[in-house]
Amino acid sequence: MALNQENIMSQQLKRNFMELTSRMTKNEAIEEANRCLYCYDAPCIKACPTSIQIPNFIKKIASGNMKGSATTILEANPIGASCARVCPTEELCEGACVLNSSTKPIKIGELQRYATDWAMETNAQLFKQGQSNGQKVAIIGAGPAGLSAARELSRFGYHVTIYEAESKAGGLGSYGIVSFRLPNEVVDWEIEQIEKLGVEIKTNTAVGVDISAEDILAQYDSVILAVGMGAVPNLGIEGEDLDGVHDAIEFVRKTKMGTLTKNIVGKRVAVIGAGNTAIDGATSAVRLGADNVQILYRRTQKEMTAYKFEYEFAKQDGVEFKWLTAPKKIIGNEAGVVVGIECVKMKLGEAGADGRQRPEEIEGSNFIIEVDAVIKAIGQTRFVSLIEAFGLQHTNGVVDIDETTMQTSNAKVFACGDVVFGNGQGEAMVVTAVQQGKDAAYKTHQRLTSFSKSLL
Amino acid sequence: MADLRIDLAGIKSPNPFWLASAPPTNSGYQVQRAFEAGWGGAVWKTLGDPILNVSSRFAAVSFNGQRVAGFNNIELITDRPLEVNLQEIYETKKKFPHHAIIASLMVEPKQEKWHEIVKRVEDVGVDGLELNFGCPHGMAERGMGSASGQVPELVEKQTYWVKEAAKTPVIVKLTPNITDITVTAEAATRGGADAISMINTINSLAGVDLDTWNTVPHVAGKGAHGGYCGPAVKPIALNMVAECARNPLINVPISGIGGISNWQDAAEFILMGATGVQVCTAAMHHGFSIVEDMIDGLNNYLDDKGIASVMDLVGRSVSRYSNWGDLDLNYKIVAEINNDVCINCNKCHIACEDTSHQCIDLYSEDGRPILKVREEDCVGCNLCSIVCPVDGAITMVERKSTVPPMTWNERQSLISSLSK
Repeated sequence: MALNQENIMSQQLKRNFMELTSRMTKNEAIEEANRCLYCYDAPCIKACPTSIQIPNFIKKIASGNMKGSATTILEANPIGASCARVCPTEELCEGACVLNSSTKPIKIGELQRYATDWAMETNAQLFKQGQSNGQKVAIIGAGPAGLSAARELSRFGYHVTIYEAESKAGGLGSYGIVSFRLPNEVVDWEIEQIEKLGVEIKTNTAVGVDISAEDILAQYDSVILAVGMGAVPNLGIEGEDLDGVHDAIEFVRKTKMGTLTKNIVGKRVAVIGAGNTAIDGATSAVRLGADNVQILYRRTQKEMTAYKFEYEFAKQDGVEFKWLTAPKKIIGNEAGVVVGIECVKMKLGEAGADGRQRPEEIEGSNFIIEVDAVIKAIGQTRFVSLIEAFGLQHTNGVVDIDETTMQTSNAKVFACGDVVFGNGQGEAMVVTAVQQGKDAAYKTHQRLTSFSKSLL
Repeated sequence: MADLRIDLAGIKSPNPFWLASAPPTNSGYQVQRAFEAGWGGAVWKTLGDPILNVSSRFAAVSFNGQRVAGFNNIELITDRPLEVNLQEIYETKKKFPHHAIIASLMVEPKQEKWHEIVKRVEDVGVDGLELNFGCPHGMAERGMGSASGQVPELVEKQTYWVKEAAKTPVIVKLTPNITDITVTAEAATRGGADAISMINTINSLAGVDLDTWNTVPHVAGKGAHGGYCGPAVKPIALNMVAECARNPLINVPISGIGGISNWQDAAEFILMGATGVQVCTAAMHHGFSIVEDMIDGLNNYLDDKGIASVMDLVGRSVSRYSNWGDLDLNYKIVAEINNDVCINCNKCHIACEDTSHQCIDLYSEDGRPILKVREEDCVGCNLCSIVCPVDGAITMVERKSTVPPMTWNERQSLISSLSK
């Protein structure tokens, strides 16, 4: 009997983590595709960081040219199936759609998903490896930026090896985005497509541990550094080592790795931070059966960095938001298990260097919220030691690059993705990382071809 | 409440909407359902010697997701015994004495055959006859339908034979599969037709299946040309109605047919000279109830225009249809773009740039994209306003001409008078 209930519970949790949006039917897709005006010099293309020829791929859906449609998308964006699901489309392509001012914008994201789903279902081989040019490029990190760079370089004929510390490629897609938004199958398919182009992905291989940076620099003609970001930093308050305190990245990652924990069922959860990862942590907790989930943020809704649609989604999932609330101390019982969190009320003061108003404590406003678990989501640490192992100049873990050549302080090493985002340099989105990967590949190719020409 | 009753060459009906001779008027059951739904008349599916039909028969042409933009069939005239049809016509007329029932007829081009069938259908009480000189498939191969309708002498002679026997008004239905429809229309008039109706269907092949390479439709892997109808043929039909309406030798009423899908289409046909209209594809697409909006819409239109009777609308646009040589060469319109309404899809720019006269400039003003027409280069072709998806963004505006109006014909006669 108990076993049966256990089973039902597992099934329920599994259902909670299934992909949310139902796909378009053929008729819906064709009807929607026919609404597209096929603008000239279309603003949606300009709004897409990877410049997908959106009107073209949409017209191809309308004409039944599904192979052409998927190729148009994936040509510009090697991670186009993932981006169809995780892009903040209302801020990018759909936000730029001219129909916003007359009717309703075209559902570009859903159409992109429809076309890439076709490619996945038919397992169409859309791209070919280029004829080998005898040169080798190493890419560090198999996330969106690294995979994108690898795909392009392989088409140019390079022998590409990706070094990935995790047991699986995909980076954020495999570990960091909740499966009800981005199921593993999608990311796995995209990785497989890139592997089919002859790209070698060495997983479970941490640079600096399993192979040194010197060895890589010595063995390859060029290197692209595409490592992402690491764990959530410490809050710097008492009680962070208690049982029941989680790192949001790690918390989400576990939901992507097979069995879903039943430890959250019926619990009260507090999430610290209000970015997209905080939302993912909070909605995962809801879907793992939490009784109550609250997001605590020391600023207000206005300063929150989560996308609007993520925020709306969290609210619909029943997540509560407590603005101007900062944690002071996590409280545990004798057994070392979380029982509460002591917070303090905040107010907004003067604007800081980043232009946002600094939150300030209101003295004596301390109060305790009874919780059973705390999820930390206040940003991510950077892989400073890895950057330093390559001897690259950086600013607080953000690698310094020449923005035109994408070269680091070592001319042989290019960098892209999360490792260069930050300090006012680019906006960290999967789709921008993909474009940076492409750019890094083109710049690497430029350097290596001018090299080989000078040798002739 | 406008008076929607019409009188077409003596055939009276409560409104101008008739079902055309086609599958919807195949039986008494159907015609009675149609009358209950509000149709003013029905042209009974063509009577003659019952034929054999094939399966399948219909195909549709869809465009950009718009279903049944065009429609095509290879069905023939009635496949039911004449006695059964006559019995049902009799019963239907008895139940609906004020609705028009017209019998469509098709027999071999022989005088006695026409005399015989005319007598039999008039005996059951029809209000009029329509001679089917238009069906382009199947019957044509037997010397009937459009095979007759394409030969002016045959049209004239057969019309004459029918008139010899007929007591009710005779409508001659014309085929569009001919170079100049006014030639056969004139022939029908000479033969004594009381009215003409047009158009019958146009020779067509609806499509080819890209997987099987069969025609659409096909019968066991083989296809044949069919008759095209539906919204796609409306402009062709409207032109033929207009050409006949403005021809002084064709001074009989016209029953308009061809792609009429709503009251607006009907009003256009009526303005262009039709006394009433016949509808088929729209009913086949949506069912008989579609007539409710046709009646309601036409009535509201007439009320808005202050026109008491639909008969007062007939032919009001005919005089405006003329020849190219009578158009004013000095009339000038240009496109004007309202950038406050424009959504910047830039379709007008690229249409003009790639395919017209390169007179719409696209530039940026304070970072905001602006489209502007260079009037001196605009020829007033309308293309930009046609491709523009937003109401009011592009208007074609009249520009005062510096020279007085002059048509091509006037210009030529002036030149020749000067050279004398």
